[in-house]
Amino acid sequence: MLEIVGKTNIDFMGRRQIALGISGILGLLGLIAVIQIALGSANLGIDFAGGTAVQLKFDKALPIESARTVLTKHGLDEAELQEFPQDNKLLIRVKTETTIEEAISDKIIQVFRDEFKGHQFEIDSSTSIGPTIGQKLQTDALVAIVLSLIGIIVYIAARFEFRFGVAAAIATFHDVLAVLGIFYVLNIEITLLVVTALLTLAGYSLTDTVIVFDRIRENLRQRRRQAIETIINNGINQVLSRTLVTTLTVVLVLVPLTVFGGEVLHDFSLALLLGVLIGTYSSVFVASPLLLIWPGAEGKLLSRGK
Amino acid sequence: MKKIRGRLFLLIALAVISLIISLPSFPSLYQPLPDWMKQVLSDRGLALGLDLQGGVHLVLEVEEDRAVEIAVDRSRKALEDLKTDEGLPIEAVAREGTNSLLLTLADGDEAKTTVTQEMEDGFPGFELKESSGATVTYELVLEEEARIKDSAINQALETIRNRIDEFGVAEPLIQRLGRNQIAVQLPGVKDPERAKDLIKKTALLEFKLLDESKVALELPPQIEKGQEEQIRKEFEGRLPEGSEILFENVIAEDGVGSFSLPYLIKKDTALTGDVLQDARVTIGEFNEPIVALTFDSRGGQEFERLTSENVGKRMAVVLDGTVYSAPRINTKISGGRAIIEGTFTTSEANDLAVVLRAGALPAPMKTLQDLTVGPSLGKDSIEKGIRTLSIAGCLVLIFMIIYYRLSGVVANLALALNLIGLLGALSGLNATLTLPGIAGIILTIGMGVDSNILIFERIREELRLGRPVRLAVDGGYDKAFLTIVDSHVTTLITGLALFLFGTGPIKGFAVTLCLGIAINLFTALVGTKVVFDLFNRKKLQRLSI
Repeated sequence: MLEIVGKTNIDFMGRRQIALGISGILGLLGLIAVIQIALGSANLGIDFAGGTAVQLKFDKALPIESARTVLTKHGLDEAELQEFPQDNKLLIRVKTETTIEEAISDKIIQVFRDEFKGHQFEIDSSTSIGPTIGQKLQTDALVAIVLSLIGIIVYIAARFEFRFGVAAAIATFHDVLAVLGIFYVLNIEITLLVVTALLTLAGYSLTDTVIVFDRIRENLRQRRRQAIETIINNGINQVLSRTLVTTLTVVLVLVPLTVFGGEVLHDFSLALLLGVLIGTYSSVFVASPLLLIWPGAEGKLLSRGK
Repeated sequence: MKKIRGRLFLLIALAVISLIISLPSFPSLYQPLPDWMKQVLSDRGLALGLDLQGGVHLVLEVEEDRAVEIAVDRSRKALEDLKTDEGLPIEAVAREGTNSLLLTLADGDEAKTTVTQEMEDGFPGFELKESSGATVTYELVLEEEARIKDSAINQALETIRNRIDEFGVAEPLIQRLGRNQIAVQLPGVKDPERAKDLIKKTALLEFKLLDESKVALELPPQIEKGQEEQIRKEFEGRLPEGSEILFENVIAEDGVGSFSLPYLIKKDTALTGDVLQDARVTIGEFNEPIVALTFDSRGGQEFERLTSENVGKRMAVVLDGTVYSAPRINTKISGGRAIIEGTFTTSEANDLAVVLRAGALPAPMKTLQDLTVGPSLGKDSIEKGIRTLSIAGCLVLIFMIIYYRLSGVVANLALALNLIGLLGALSGLNATLTLPGIAGIILTIGMGVDSNILIFERIREELRLGRPVRLAVDGGYDKAFLTIVDSHVTTLITGLALFLFGTGPIKGFAVTLCLGIAINLFTALVGTKVVFDLFNRKKLQRLSI
């Protein structure tokens, strides 16, 4: 029997103060990111903010600086440039509050045709999104997030107890906030795909939490006399090998996706990868301690566990 | 434990049916099939999304107010015709705002009654809004306005559909979004820019007479590109009432560079493109492509009358506000034919003929969203997607075998069954596979593995407690059962919320996630158990786990 961890007996609950500090910092970062998004000063993708993005694939490397100079010369100084040097690709983004009738994508393409006669290029993709569509996508994403959170709390509250539902929801929310915060620090653009990734990791982190809770509940039915802390600790220790093995396999899947998945999938996979790691951490160090913190829980927590 | 044979049969049937359903997704496998199988199977399988095969996704908005203005203008024109032809007692008629007509009555007591009568009988869409002295305001009835807007959108849908049919795109998707938006999806288009031009071109063809008054002679013979606005400003206020300056694009004789020719043209449209019966590309006398027009019988008569009344004058062919040519009418033209000359390439002439045949859009369109993916990026993404899937898949398979030995092999078989089932389900639903969809598949692989890990860890616990193999396996499955259901249901809730409220790429992701989870649940709880039960018939003393 090959084992990563054997039978363990780690005092997870005793370390909850350290965890509280880490989670506090992560949560704070996330909150700052959320506030920045609400203020409109975060790095929102054009699918939410509206604007134009054109990706060009050149036949030979084009220095990013000269591209910037040329764009500025033609009045496109708001353009953000990002290069993918291994494929000689250049991504040009212009965020606009106005309509897309000005055909900025055509203008950008024309500028590169005229100014870099020696460089042949193909248009990999061009995206233009009007502000009204962006608004609609923002609302849709928000509705999807709120609805799935409510659905999850209701389901867990029905299967376990209300406080389990709330603890699981808080832990899940913590994970989404943390990844959002890290993305904010790394200045990665929040696109529709990243939001999809956030929702997925919410699902994953929840699965993880449910599995730990499930074991805690099972132990409670069998050993009512033990101290709550011990019961929770035992539960976590019992599923620890599963938790680590699963996280390892998911990481095995996500690392190649982040590295080789190409520029379209990179941010998406990175969000999932971070989310899976944080999700694993949070089901042990956030969700479970919350069961202890719950007011009035002392002594009779979970005694009604069916 | 009982009826192993029944469950085994179910699993094999699931795999076989899934494989058969997914056949249409692989043309190289589907083509050699016998005819009777092709009849049973749908000929459409899994479609590739725009991000994987390249293509165009547009969301357009019909400018409804323009459609209303155009309709009101048409009534204004009809009233003016009544004034000249039948002596309707009005001095002038003008459009006010979007939806109102301002009539100035002629002198005389009868004028008001006659006009009111005429408006009631001939223009039931309008209602009297205000009347003071000699001016009367009529406004479009609300229902009529709504009808005009609605028919403008329907007509735009129809026109775009016709144009795309003529252009020839495999499986285009054209649908109405909300009240006044139209979504157009053209997967696999080789030349996206050309396709977009074709769709967005209003294609309003007008024949207009030139204003040959003195001012026209003052216009410069040709100007640099980009100076059009300057010329318009320069002549502002000096133009005769009812005339405007329009431009023709001309390519310089040396073939490099281009310039604009200004024309002074009467605003009134003599004839529009809606009387066209056909438009074809032919070759002109200098071997250049021209578009030959054929009018329908009414259009032919109108064109004959128009040309006979204006012999010796010049008439401009105007498309979307740009002059294409302005030949002099030498003689009455009967037979209902005309040509459009211009400096276009053969493919431009072809596209022009297509849009003219399909008809003009009832109003201009605004682009709200334009996603274009070039074919090369799509190819890149597929290659990267498949490569990543293989690497990730292999890593997981190897890990499972190393960690769980023979049981790992069982889990890997379940994983393969999962993928086959998912492929069958997606093909059967004719779902569209996008890049996020592939990510969804990868995630379900992860979840599928997780279910097996949960079960195996439980079995190991039971074995550690010294239980015999058969009881340990049963106990492991029993105890993991609820956990697996709970974890899958919660993810399914997220998936459903994404499916219902997500758009575009999010939806593609949600579809694969939801289907994957459902299939996972089945293979994890039924699939692997059968294999272990089969092992147990041998009364194993030790389990390779």
